[in-house]
Amino acid sequence: MSLAGHTIDSIRAGLLAKKFSAQEFTRQALAHAEAENPKTNAYLTFAPERALNAARAVDAKIAKGEDPGALAGVPIAVKDVIVTRGVKTTCGSKMLANYVPPYDATAIIRIEEAGGVILGKTNCDEFAMGSSNENSAFGPVRNPAALDRVPGGSSGGSAAVVAQGTAVLSLGSDTGGSIRQPASFCGVAGVTPTYGRVSRYGLTAFASSLDHIGPFARTVRDSARLLQVMAGRDEKDATSAFAPVPDYAALSGDLRGMKIGMPREYFDGLASDTGDRIMAAVDMLKNLGCEVRDIHLPHTPYAVACYYIIATAEASANLARYDGVRYTTRSSNAHTLSEMYRLSRDEGFGDECKRRIMLGTYVLSHGYYDAYYVKAQKVRGLITRDFAQAFEQVDAIVAPVSPFPAFRIGEKMNDPVSMYLSDIYTITGSLAGIPCMSVPCGVTPGGLPVGLQILTKHFNEMAMFRVAEAYERASTN
Amino acid sequence: MRISEADIRRVAELANLALTEDEVARMAQDMDGILQHIDKLSELDTTGVEPMAQVLFDAEETATLREDRERAPLSNADAVANAAVTSGGYYKVPKVIER
Repeated sequence: MSLAGHTIDSIRAGLLAKKFSAQEFTRQALAHAEAENPKTNAYLTFAPERALNAARAVDAKIAKGEDPGALAGVPIAVKDVIVTRGVKTTCGSKMLANYVPPYDATAIIRIEEAGGVILGKTNCDEFAMGSSNENSAFGPVRNPAALDRVPGGSSGGSAAVVAQGTAVLSLGSDTGGSIRQPASFCGVAGVTPTYGRVSRYGLTAFASSLDHIGPFARTVRDSARLLQVMAGRDEKDATSAFAPVPDYAALSGDLRGMKIGMPREYFDGLASDTGDRIMAAVDMLKNLGCEVRDIHLPHTPYAVACYYIIATAEASANLARYDGVRYTTRSSNAHTLSEMYRLSRDEGFGDECKRRIMLGTYVLSHGYYDAYYVKAQKVRGLITRDFAQAFEQVDAIVAPVSPFPAFRIGEKMNDPVSMYLSDIYTITGSLAGIPCMSVPCGVTPGGLPVGLQILTKHFNEMAMFRVAEAYERASTN
Repeated sequence: MRISEADIRRVAELANLALTEDEVARMAQDMDGILQHIDKLSELDTTGVEPMAQVLFDAEETATLREDRERAPLSNADAVANAAVTSGGYYKVPKVIER
């Protein structure tokens, strides 16, 4: 049974009308996902026991006449960088091929408390480092919209399972675009909330000042509902925000008088296959009553350089914990302590991880710290200020997600710089820590999905969802 | 070249990575390309700009302090369950000091 036609509401309605039990639904969802998975390699691990336990709890609540929760019986996939107690969590790395976490991420606990059913863990770039999912130690993921192409990354598996109909919802993580870019490549909705909106407790650290957990869904409304369940202060993450969580699904659909900004820097030189789709979406927003105006985010051209200093610096520190002692993998060729560290890390990490650890170590090293790291932190301040100034004039910003649609597997693997540069439109929002999402906006003449990015100011996810949902409704009618 | 193979070996030592000769050569080339792009930042005058280390929001200084209460820690068995090599509930590593 494909899950493509199902939403949170349709499953809830089916459960309450006794059309199916949560356990029956889960069994069918698992069987379908397992049968379809070889086409895309999107799931790395299935968790049937855990899924059926969660479904049983939902059925028990319904039998007792209790509210089964906001995500009752909904099959959800989780990116394999988010820890799940008793269920292998590999981070797409050989280093953690056998790692079974002793605890659950806060997001996972909240989802299961709301009746969500976690089907399994999804493939991703190693430690979330990549834009194509080709950096996974467990093989690339194929894009369900075009099987010879990448699904984007790093949350490629999580975007693919929703597009493929092998999960209704999924969780990804975003450090520089790792939710929005695969959402756009696969044609699903993907949300990066405000930094600190969702607890990072249990999200394997890549770059702590940039890491976010966020949802994927087929509809904007479902993505808002999944965020609703996860959002809010968690004492286990000191950077999680205290700001109250509004009712994200209360979407009015009325965009009249809303001011939307188009940053010139994101549109100059944009190829027409993507650009035409974005401009058509902008026209539709005008028809819905939005006032669209040009804005400037002048420091955009510096964002990639800024990001690859800050993210790699933080990564080099965060990945120091994989030392051959605590996390499953130790080189069998090591005889001394020093060899144990060095050989375990050389054998356990893939090329991209090593590249980023090296770059991060370099920019933090004696003599370069001020020139690179502190400089990048200052530029991050300027990029954030660009957004603050723009949001004095507009309520939301629209932009492309990626300069191009999904590319062929293998096409860009040999040129790390050009792969990094393709993250330009998503990195800026990540650096500023503002909410941003990708909503499907049609396909290129070649039939590949394109995503429209919507960005708003800190903690104004409501405005982002309002624009996205109104656009989604208008464009699918 | 902005970075030599000798630099790469020095950084690899700091990062505790035992790169092979092949990897050293490739890494030098890749990092040179990345550093070339990164040099773009020197175009910007950042005098007087505060470094942004974190996305910060208004909150009381003590807001993130939780109540100090007793709770069960991770058990010893759970804590070492993922270790590469253990012995009697401890992590086991190669000898640090030769006698």
